[in-house]
Amino acid sequence: MAIDSKVVAQVAHLARLKVDESDSGALSDRLNDILAMVDQLQQADVTDVAPMAHPLDVTQPLREDEVSEPNVRDKALDIAPAAEDGCFLVPRVIE
Amino acid sequence: MSWEVVIGLEIHVQLNTVSKLFSGSKLSTGAEPNTQASLVDLGMPGTLPVVNKEAVRKAALFGLAINADICRHSVFERKNYFYPDLPKGYQTTQLAEPIVGAGVVEIQLESGEKKNVRIHHAHLEEDAGKSLHEDFHGMTGIDLNRAGTPLIEVVTEPDMSNAEEAVAFARKLHAIVTSIGICDGDMSQGNMRFDVNVSIRKPGDELGTRTETKNLNSFRFMEKAIALEVERQIDVLEDGGEIVQETRLYNGDTHTARSMRSKEDANDYRYFPCPDLLPVAITDADIEALKAAMPELPNARKARFIDDYQLSEYDADLLSGSVATATFFEAVTKAGGDAKLAANWVMGEMAARLNAEEKTISDSPVSAEQLGQLIARLKDGTISSKIAKQVFEACWAGEGDPDAIIEAKGLKQMSDSGELEKIVDDIIANNAAQVEDYRNSDDAKKKKKIGFFVGQAMKATQGKANPQQLNQLLQKKLQ
Repeated sequence: MAIDSKVVAQVAHLARLKVDESDSGALSDRLNDILAMVDQLQQADVTDVAPMAHPLDVTQPLREDEVSEPNVRDKALDIAPAAEDGCFLVPRVIE
Repeated sequence: MSWEVVIGLEIHVQLNTVSKLFSGSKLSTGAEPNTQASLVDLGMPGTLPVVNKEAVRKAALFGLAINADICRHSVFERKNYFYPDLPKGYQTTQLAEPIVGAGVVEIQLESGEKKNVRIHHAHLEEDAGKSLHEDFHGMTGIDLNRAGTPLIEVVTEPDMSNAEEAVAFARKLHAIVTSIGICDGDMSQGNMRFDVNVSIRKPGDELGTRTETKNLNSFRFMEKAIALEVERQIDVLEDGGEIVQETRLYNGDTHTARSMRSKEDANDYRYFPCPDLLPVAITDADIEALKAAMPELPNARKARFIDDYQLSEYDADLLSGSVATATFFEAVTKAGGDAKLAANWVMGEMAARLNAEEKTISDSPVSAEQLGQLIARLKDGTISSKIAKQVFEACWAGEGDPDAIIEAKGLKQMSDSGELEKIVDDIIANNAAQVEDYRNSDDAKKKKKIGFFVGQAMKATQGKANPQQLNQLLQKKLQ
């Protein structure tokens, strides 16, 4: 798959990154280089190799189902740009 | 040629753990906003998730209940999207290696026909917070108490072909998750939420384009939303249009639906394995322990009800459908000593009153012991079935136990035949014209006309006459 400035704009939108159009060409080149490397990786024969989710051969320690966290609402709301009635306030989002 | 409907469901089932999936925050509804959102739930930098053992156990228990394979190394992934009620910018969920693999759920339709609905898989994931659009003068309020709540998302194959089947499946799933105790099953609290995928096609054709109607939180809305969407798709196709793959929102109050996200803005979630979490291992020993601890499943309970209480298949199906109803029914039967009467009362009078007042059986003002007592009095002839309804009403209104109500209101059935005989004699003496008319009628008409005298006698005794006794007495005296 080749990355052009249209794909760059779309990926940037999904990640909520602001990308100047003037940088778009250079970014596509670098992303295409990365994809070329992935293409090379994909040529490796992995027929008998199980997919790996994590590089360490260990499994997840589990936690007992107990309440251990205090109420931190006041601290959290203090550092929010806007808050009211115990809620964080954000610009209106409704579909 | 008619259209064939293809339905698949995705169901979010909220697990009833004490704490959240990845943090030790308390999990409960109704708390003040953001008082149950810890640093992990808030997505603060430097925090790390730790998986709740009980959530894993409950998800695996569900898998065993639907005869699914349990994944021995399930993997959490990040589903990336931006929304204010998702503070981390991704939902931690599962994709390639979900904890529960393919399984099957058997449903029974009203016709008695049975059908298998295949489960594609079920995965563990966290819920998002809530966006509140009212009361914030044009802004949106965010409450993150729900963020991090453990869910299993159950995904079916497109095996249902009408709304009835979809609802039967949803009810059966509700029965399973409440029976095994992994979910409280309170639909009004969003404990179970349904997304419905619907497409239509001509028989024999390839699958049509599907739409997804999201977040239905009652069986009734689900049924209505499916009917509405099927109708819409038929209209579009028969007018020569095309179905657009889209997400739709159903409004139960107005019985309308609208498109929520257009195709152009289709989400690309860029999933990848969560680097903060290791694979979750489940061993053979874990699975054996879960199997040993498996509570009675709805189908087994239904079979037991048919065997132990001689209930019809239909009655057994209804009564075994939810743990709360099943437990209540068994307690009534034990206290009242008659399973058939218990079944009739629980599904009849009781269900009607609960429905009318939008209550669930767990908050019924009449307890199982009280209903059992009422049935015992009905069975031993102390009260008639008509009076029983009156006693039930009084008990519902909180006037005490049936025995106390019967005593206080003097509702005991009149068993003294001398007293009843006197009342009947009076009625015959005071209604000469009706008696004459009765005596001149043929047998078929007599059967109808005796009703007048029964009515008068019931009125005179305030319904306390024993109906059989009264009938015999009247027939004798009117000859």
